[in-house]
Amino acid sequence: MTTTEATATAGAPPGVGPGAGRVPAPRRRRGPAASQWAAAGFATPLLVYLILFYAYPLVRNIDLSVHDYTIRAFVQGNAEFVGFEKYAEVFSSATFPTALWNTAVFTVVSIVFQYATGLALAVFFRSGFRLSGLLRAMFLVPWLLPLIVSASTWAWMLNSDNGIVNSVLAAFGVGQINWLTSPGTALLSVTIANIWLGIPFNLVILYSGLQNIPGEVYEAASLDGAGPWKQFWSITFPLLRPVSAITILLGLIYTLKVVDVIWIMTTGGPGDASTTLAIWSYREAFGTGQPDFSPAAAVGNLLILIALVFGFLHLQLQRRQEDS
Amino acid sequence: MHHPRRKPTTLAAVAALALVGVLGACSSGAAAGESGGDASTYTWWDPYPQHDDASDWAGRVQACGEEAGVTIERTAYDTTALTNQALLAAQEGTSPDVILLDNPAVSTLSDTGMLTTVDELGLDTSAIDENLLAAGVVGGETYGIPIGANTLSLYYNADILTDAGVDPASVTDWDSLTAALKAVTGNGDKGITFAGIGTEEGSFQFLPWFWGAGADLRDLDSPEAVAALELWTGWLEEGYAPNSVINNSQNTTWEEFLTGDFGFAVNGTWQVDSAAGADFETGVVQLPGRDGGVAQAPTGGEFILAPVQEDTERYDVTRQIVECMTTPEGFVETANTFAYYVPPTADGQAALVEEKPELEPWVEAVRNAKGRTSDDLGADYPVISEALWTAVQNALSGAATAQEALETAQADAETGTS
Repeated sequence: MTTTEATATAGAPPGVGPGAGRVPAPRRRRGPAASQWAAAGFATPLLVYLILFYAYPLVRNIDLSVHDYTIRAFVQGNAEFVGFEKYAEVFSSATFPTALWNTAVFTVVSIVFQYATGLALAVFFRSGFRLSGLLRAMFLVPWLLPLIVSASTWAWMLNSDNGIVNSVLAAFGVGQINWLTSPGTALLSVTIANIWLGIPFNLVILYSGLQNIPGEVYEAASLDGAGPWKQFWSITFPLLRPVSAITILLGLIYTLKVVDVIWIMTTGGPGDASTTLAIWSYREAFGTGQPDFSPAAAVGNLLILIALVFGFLHLQLQRRQEDS
Repeated sequence: MHHPRRKPTTLAAVAALALVGVLGACSSGAAAGESGGDASTYTWWDPYPQHDDASDWAGRVQACGEEAGVTIERTAYDTTALTNQALLAAQEGTSPDVILLDNPAVSTLSDTGMLTTVDELGLDTSAIDENLLAAGVVGGETYGIPIGANTLSLYYNADILTDAGVDPASVTDWDSLTAALKAVTGNGDKGITFAGIGTEEGSFQFLPWFWGAGADLRDLDSPEAVAALELWTGWLEEGYAPNSVINNSQNTTWEEFLTGDFGFAVNGTWQVDSAAGADFETGVVQLPGRDGGVAQAPTGGEFILAPVQEDTERYDVTRQIVECMTTPEGFVETANTFAYYVPPTADGQAALVEEKPELEPWVEAVRNAKGRTSDDLGADYPVISEALWTAVQNALSGAATAQEALETAQADAETGTS
């Protein structure tokens, strides 16, 4: 059904094309200047918007990272140019390997579980049983709650002494686990909270992706004797690949820059135990009484680079998919 | 024929108008941000978002404006956000006329040259207690006036202490406090709660023990400092304090104390009213030093500051507003409005104690308190403080021993301040 719709819309442009082609002709005769001006007029707001809100902050961030912006220099605007010195400082800092490792673990574990759970739920809800709409809506709750609320709630639940998680575990004879206050479990705790937060996003995107797989394919498969497991691996998963790719890529970029959940639950602590690159950048800039904008910007740029690498990787994959 | 010709031009005009609108919005936004705007409106920033426009505090700010013949436009920020906003505004040249700012941030802002000195403004600070004014003194110049001060003390739950047979008056040094905690926990109650969070609050709460051991902020890994940190880690190991103190803010600490489960809690002057309203009887003792005596606690509280303005004509009115807030009556009024500020002058303190005798121990504590940026630390303090709270976090969580954690902290502080 969806495919027929798709071909209908795809077929539309050629029909409209000739009609539309007739209009510009008199315009061009009257004077190309006017239409070019109009084109420029249309493009200008967009260009201004892009420059103002995308290019400028980016340039400013790079500018911050290659100057030594002490607080005094920041206010007086006479920061000394230091080239890549701040980057060298960041790389040689004791926090760097910890933060990089934590970022990798936090991102990969979050994405794997968010995606797997989101996909399982999407397939589950596809069968459209009674109340499935309501249940699906309930899975969106993490998305609707303000982050400060959900992160604080997680922090309370995981509290060492009074948290509900520990009291349930205690009922099964498990001793007190210092979820947020022990260096061994802090990262795990914030990752669990982040997985919970990310499931709705994966569910929604993957569920809508599933809607685009025509039902006939499944019918044909079941006629050929493919069971649900076989159907999933041979039809759902391969046909969902473009949607999966974009879901994972977006999830990756979102997860790389997560600050709020971690900051509210552990402020990156204890020590550096749950400090990711994003947390580190935030802490340098705003987390202490002494804003250090230059290293913060350097770490921020590093994150942008990492996200960019994955962005290009995605484009590459997409191109290869289209070619084949 | 008319129609297709007119269409693009009209659209272009619309687009151009939209563009003008966008740019116009930007420029007018910048103009509004220009300090104060006109001569009859003065801008005022403070860190009290809990007091809205209808509050007593907002009314008091307005009254000081009216007295000086101007309207005050007040904006409230969260404390950390306020420092950042102040720096950004200074960079843009759009500083407000008056800022109320947490005292350890004063030296940081003064370092940027964005603050006027009290001499430039023509203010008299001779009556202010020296230990409270110290946070605003950098390189011999004074950059603001404290509008009030608060500090930390040791609250106790009288019911729990009676049950455990502990006399609060017996808590005079670390050993007697630890003994009291042992008695309380031995009796089935919880011992003490404090805030060991990885922010400035964590350092604020650790300093009374740090200073009470005789340690110096320039020397974070001294044996005295290690002893102070070991006192805290010892409490956690023995179960005298809950493990969650590592992530506790001072508010959380207080909430825990209000459950009535804890014998002791370290908290500040600002909880006096709340303590009086608790379901159990509470009391306050001074934080003990290692070998007896009262430990020096850090001073808390805001300074009133006047950022540098391009239009120096404005200073005259600014001075009147600041003076209105810092008269002896003004100090007492501020103390009453907030219910937790001790006036920074002897006159003000006397007047407050006369009105509220129960605040006497707090006035005493404030007189003994010490500015965090004192000892000529100035703008180095935030760097040292970050190293210190990180060490506290690492030691309490067991990531490092107290000795190791403080050695790392000292190394970090030295690199950060050199």
